Amino acid sequence: MDLSLSTRSVGDRTVVEVGGEIDVYTAPKLREQLVELVNEGHYHLIVDMEGVDFLDSTGLGVLVGGLKRVRAHEGSLRLVCNQERILKIFRITGLTKVFPIHGSVDEAVAAND
Amino acid sequence: MATVELRFSALPAHVRTARLVAAAVARQAGVDESILDEVRLAVGEACSRAVGLHQRNGVSSPVRVKLVQQEKRFLIEVGDGVPTPATAHADSNAEEALSFAEANTSAKSGARTGGNGDQATDDTMGLAVISGLVDDLVIGHDEDGGLIRMSWPVADPADDDLP
Repeated sequence: MDLSLSTRSVGDRTVVEVGGEIDVYTAPKLREQLVELVNEGHYHLIVDMEGVDFLDSTGLGVLVGGLKRVRAHEGSLRLVCNQERILKIFRITGLTKVFPIHGSVDEAVAAND
Repeated sequence: MATVELRFSALPAHVRTARLVAAAVARQAGVDESILDEVRLAVGEACSRAVGLHQRNGVSSPVRVKLVQQEKRFLIEVGDGVPTPATAHADSNAEEALSFAEANTSAKSGARTGGNGDQATDDTMGLAVISGLVDDLVIGHDEDGGLIRMSWPVADPADDDLP
């Protein structure tokens, strides 16, 4: 399965809905999307990963890259994920300490640092 | 002899194929369904790493994947064609990745990172994921280049006969 991406605005947040597989082949598309959003001035991103079937370290690298970009503009990058197999990868790599991970888009939208 | 052997050009698009084949053979070999996700992820990480190494070093030989059904274990070997004697143990790479993650927690600058830095980060993160997932893991090399050996238990058919 390929990667699907769609974006929408909720208040001052931009939600990026990701579906399919994020791996070494598809991750560049996600990277492009995040870079484009930041270049357009969207600094508060929510990446909804509920439709993601597979995530590897390349995908993690892209998310970390996105986080670095928004932080350079005092922004934020929050994740929405309830899938244990995906959450496990964040735990293994210690990235649960880096990303705020929420159970729903509503929760992520309402969250403040 | 390997149960199934796969060689593919070092292109990202083929990594998914390797994942699918590995998971299918592992299932057929009797690896428990609950572990198949880990097998799929670990093989994908090892293959992604090999593809990256081939591309960065201009190696034209294919990435090698061997899937071997043993009596009580299912063994996977992923080999690259880059002779790298300095292959650090996986655990140290996991620590590197964790320190990287922590460093990023406080990173406020460096919005634009160089390509090589990103690749090295992916590589380190990939090894961190593999070492976090796989209990029986050896990162070494053979005569062709680097070699990652991983194995998982297979269900013993005799167990099915127990009451």
